[in-house]
Amino acid sequence: MAFNRPFGSFASLRMTIASLRMTIFATTVLTLVGCQREERNFQGMPPSATSTMPATRQTGLQPGPPVRSGPMNGPYEQNAYGVSQGKTLYNQFNCSGCHFQGGGGIGPPLMDDQWVYGSSPENIFETIVEGRPNGMPSFGGKISPDQIWQITAYVRSMSGLLRKDVATGRNDDMQVRSQEQAADKAKPVQSVIPPSAERQ
Amino acid sequence: MTASGMLSLIQQSHSVLNPSSPQARLIDRLWDAMYLVSVIVFLLVVAALLWGTFRRRGPEAPETDPGRERSLTTAVSIATALTVLILFGFLIYDVAVGRQLTRGFGKEALQIRVIGHQWWWEVQYRDSIPKNWATTANEIHIPAGRPVALELLSNDVIHSFWPPTISQKRDLIPGKDNSLWLQADTPGVYRGQCAEYCGNQHAKMGFLVIADRPDSFASWLARQRDTALTPTTALTRRGQEVFLASTCVMCHAISGTPAGSRIGPDLTHLASRQTIAAGTLPNTRGNLAGWIVNPQSIKPGTRMPPNQLDPNDLQALLAYLESLK
Repeated sequence: MAFNRPFGSFASLRMTIASLRMTIFATTVLTLVGCQREERNFQGMPPSATSTMPATRQTGLQPGPPVRSGPMNGPYEQNAYGVSQGKTLYNQFNCSGCHFQGGGGIGPPLMDDQWVYGSSPENIFETIVEGRPNGMPSFGGKISPDQIWQITAYVRSMSGLLRKDVATGRNDDMQVRSQEQAADKAKPVQSVIPPSAERQ
Repeated sequence: MTASGMLSLIQQSHSVLNPSSPQARLIDRLWDAMYLVSVIVFLLVVAALLWGTFRRRGPEAPETDPGRERSLTTAVSIATALTVLILFGFLIYDVAVGRQLTRGFGKEALQIRVIGHQWWWEVQYRDSIPKNWATTANEIHIPAGRPVALELLSNDVIHSFWPPTISQKRDLIPGKDNSLWLQADTPGVYRGQCAEYCGNQHAKMGFLVIADRPDSFASWLARQRDTALTPTTALTRRGQEVFLASTCVMCHAISGTPAGSRIGPDLTHLASRQTIAAGTLPNTRGNLAGWIVNPQSIKPGTRMPPNQLDPNDLQALLAYLESLK
């Protein structure tokens, strides 16, 4: 009986199978690792009237020896689904009524590098929960902490503080600015002190 | 009849093959015709196959016999012509049914606007006088025997409106107004469902089309146009305070109160509806409580957040919501 050997010899056939198995294994592992980014956790925290955060600092200055405290990360900083939910809520809860699509108007702009009350996730979270003088209402007890974290992540994506593959890439309606995905990290505004005052 | 009994009754007839309206009957007849012809063709093909397999074979005729060649050509031509004819027949019938389904409706048609949201249906009864607009959710009341023109819009992604026993499907596309007319022959409750995958809770995006007798429809609409009842007891007054002071007010509207957000379903006449959460649960006090406290266990991914309320506040809120007839 004629034996057809497409792989030349039996040994090389075994090697081909081994490398094929390796490829399948690697593909599976990589695919499964990719799943992690889009984890959607729906069982969030209920809203509460008070902030759920430990005391947040807006300045590093303090009496006594300096205490090192790393910035706390919001739960949706790495989650594209959370950021896109934040974008929807940003418009639905009328953040856009004052901050517009990040350019600011009645409220300060969110797409630049100027942060009156801090740019870290916990600062923005606090700002939304507690409100700020001169117009920012307090949303504590009105929006669930989970949804505030989503809005926080979206607000940070506007000035390019999130990874580009996490920031949202599409709008539900007509585009008024470039996508958050395309936003470069905002450059610090050089100075708010008038040059005449700086010289002295 | 209890609400759950009513729901199970609806489920039984939730089929295209159980038409209850002129359009659904047209579609059903088209389906029947295609089914019948397909069955006949299938049986003929199987019979031909069996005949070809088991027929007694005589001595083999030469391949080049011109008579054999000619008869084969004739047979194949007839079969091809028949196939083309049948398919063209289907096409013409199909287009004719489509034309009838999409023909214009007269001035007598009732206009209703249906807006798809993730994952519920907003229903608006508009009027030339804005004061007379009525908004409800997930339940479309229509007068039986009268054509209804639906304006179909979407707020976020593509949904599809499909009550199989009374109408065809029609997509709700963001940025494009679609329309559909439907008519129910007899008063009754017809279940519908979103028929275009639209996210996590697509499966739990149901709705009811409730066909009323014309007089009871008119009185229903008049009641829907009213503002919500003012709470009269201490408990319901407390419930209204809870509603206005908590997360509810961020998304829901109750006319006659400061709550006016249009993100979630309008709750002005919540107690008059049969289901909550877009046809997911019968509208009972227990279900409502579960839905308010932890909606994510019922519809994971829904925009409604979990709410932690003091038990007394929750009872007051439930009493208030149940009073919104």
